[in-house]
Amino acid sequence: MSTEPTKELFTLRRRPASEKLVDGGFRYLTIALASMVAIVLVAIFLTVFQGAQEAIKAFGLKFLTTSSWNPVTGEYGAFTAIYGTLVSSLLALAIAVPLGVGTAIFITENLIPLRWREVIGVMVELLAAIPSVVLGLWAIFVMEPFLRPFLTFLNSALGWFPLFSTEPQGPGMAPAVLILVVMILPIITAISRDALNQVPIALRQGAYGVGSTRWIAIFNVILPAAISAIVGGVMLALGRAMGETMAVTMIIGNSTNFSWSLLAPGNTISAMLANQFGEADGIQVSALLYAALILMVLTFAVNLMAQWVVKKLSLRY
Amino acid sequence: MTVLTATQKPASLRFNPSLQRNKLDKLFTLVSAGFSVIVVLPLLLVLIYVLLQGGRLISFNLFTQLPPAPGLEGGGIGNAIIGTFVVTMVAALIAIPVGVGGGIYLAEYSRGGWFANLIRVGNDILAGVPSIICGVFVYGAIVATRVFFGQSYTAAAGGIALAVLMLPTVIKTTDEGLRLVPKALSMGAIGVGASKFVTIIRITLPSAFTPIATGIVLAIARAAGETAPLIFTALFSPFWPEGVFNPIATMSVLIFNFAIMPFEAQNELAWAASFVLVVLILAANLLARWLRRFAN
Repeated sequence: MSTEPTKELFTLRRRPASEKLVDGGFRYLTIALASMVAIVLVAIFLTVFQGAQEAIKAFGLKFLTTSSWNPVTGEYGAFTAIYGTLVSSLLALAIAVPLGVGTAIFITENLIPLRWREVIGVMVELLAAIPSVVLGLWAIFVMEPFLRPFLTFLNSALGWFPLFSTEPQGPGMAPAVLILVVMILPIITAISRDALNQVPIALRQGAYGVGSTRWIAIFNVILPAAISAIVGGVMLALGRAMGETMAVTMIIGNSTNFSWSLLAPGNTISAMLANQFGEADGIQVSALLYAALILMVLTFAVNLMAQWVVKKLSLRY
Repeated sequence: MTVLTATQKPASLRFNPSLQRNKLDKLFTLVSAGFSVIVVLPLLLVLIYVLLQGGRLISFNLFTQLPPAPGLEGGGIGNAIIGTFVVTMVAALIAIPVGVGGGIYLAEYSRGGWFANLIRVGNDILAGVPSIICGVFVYGAIVATRVFFGQSYTAAAGGIALAVLMLPTVIKTTDEGLRLVPKALSMGAIGVGASKFVTIIRITLPSAFTPIATGIVLAIARAAGETAPLIFTALFSPFWPEGVFNPIATMSVLIFNFAIMPFEAQNELAWAASFVLVVLILAANLLARWLRRFAN
C-alpha cells in the first residue's frame, strides 16, 4: 500500500496572503462603518449637551417651569415651548389614533374588494412621502383660512372655557395640531395595518366559529392580538410628532408668551429652534441648545418606551 | 346534557339584520369607512392644491431663472432645483457606503454579540432623533467650527446633515435585505472556495439588490424633502450654486422662506417649488414601488 497516490484528486489550496488581507480588511471596514452609528449618536448628544452647559448653569431646573424668553435681559425659560410640544403632540395623537387604527382595520378586513384596499394603502403611504414643508405651505394658505370660521365660532360659543378663550387670528395651536394629525396618520395606519395582517388566521376562524360578529371578533380577538405592535407604532408616532418641525413652525405662530388657549399662537421646542437658532448669539444659543437637549431626552424616552412596549405587551399565541 | 327536541325551537341560523349586535356591526363598519375617507382626504386635497396652484406656474423660465428680489415679479427657482440635487447627492454619497457597509456587518459578520445589539438599538434611536436636532448637531460640529476651508454655511454641511438622517434607513434595509438571502447561496459560494469578501460582494449583495435599492430610493426621496436640517447648515442663496463649499439654495428651504414672505411673487414660487418637489418625490416613491415588484 503506497502512501503516496499516483494522482492527486484534490488539492488543498492555501489562501494567499493577499486574499486574507482583503478578507480581514473588509471585515474591519464594515465594523468601522457600523460603528459610525454609535459615533454619530454620541457626537450629537455631546454637541448638544456641551452647548447647553452655560444655560444649565445659569438657569438650572427653573428653565423648565418659567416662561419668560427675553433676549434683552438674558432671561430664558422654556415652559411655553415644552408645554406646546407636549400638548400639540398628545392632542394630535388623541385624534390620529382612532382615525389611523380605524383605517387600518378597514383595509385589513375584507369589507371592500382587495383592489380598493390596496389603493387606500398606497395613498396612505404616499401621504407619508409628502414633505412637511409642503404640508406647512398648504396649511398656511388653504387649511387655516378654511378653518378660521369654525375656530371663531368655537371661541364665541365656548369662550368662557380657557382652552378656547382667545379670538383666532391666523396661526395658532389648533391648526398646528391638525397638521400634526395629518403627518402622523400614515405611521399609525401603516404600522397598525402590518400588525393586523400578522394576526394568525386561526384566531379569526376561531372567533367566527364560536359565533362572534365581525366587530366582536375585531375588538375581542384581533385587536388584543395585535396590540403590542400598534402601541409601539403609536409611541413612534408620538416621538415623530414631538420632533416635527417645519409644518408646525409655519402654522403655530411662534409666540413666546404663554397662553392656555388652543386658538392663540403657541410654540414648540423644534419650532423655536428653527426660528431662532440661526440668528441667536451668546447665552441665547445655549438656552436654545438646553431646549434641544430636553427635546432629545423626551424623544429618546418615548422611542425606548416604544421598543419596551413591543417586547412586553406582545401576546404569545 | 341538553338535547334539542322538536318542541324547543332553535334560534334561527339565518342572518337577522335587526339584532342589536348586527346593527352595531354595521355602525362600526360605517365609522371605519368614514375614518378611511378622513385619512385619505388630506393627501387628495394637498395634491390637488399643489398640482393646481403650482402646475399653472410651470414655465421654461421657472427652471432657468433666479428667484426675484422681494417686491419684483417673475423669476424662477433654477438655483434651488440644482441645489436640491447637489445636497441630496452629497448626502447619498456619504450615507450609501456607510449604511450599506454597516448593514453588511450586522447581517453577515455579527453573531448577535453586545456590539451588534448596540448598533441595532443605536440605529433605532438615531432614526428617532428629530431632524432639527441633526441640523443643530451639524451646525455645532461643522458650521460653527468652520472645518471646510474656513467656510461656515456650506452645501457639504447640508449634505452631511441629510446623510445623518438617511443613515438609519439605509442600514436597516441593507441588514434586513441581506438576511432574506437564502443561506444556501453563500454556503455554496464558500463551498466552492470563494473567500468571505468575494461571497458577500459577488453573491449575497447582488441577491439582495432589490430590497436595498428600494430602501435607498425611499431614503433619498425623504431626504430631498427635508428642510429642518438645512436651514442653518446649507442656509439659502439667491444666486447660482458656487460649488459644495458655499451656501446653496434648496427647494425645501425656498418653500419655507418664501411661504412666510408677504409678497405674492414669492408665495407663487413657493407653490411652484412644491409642485416640482412633490412630483419628484412621488416619482421616486413610484420607482421604489416598481423596484419592489422584482423582489417577489
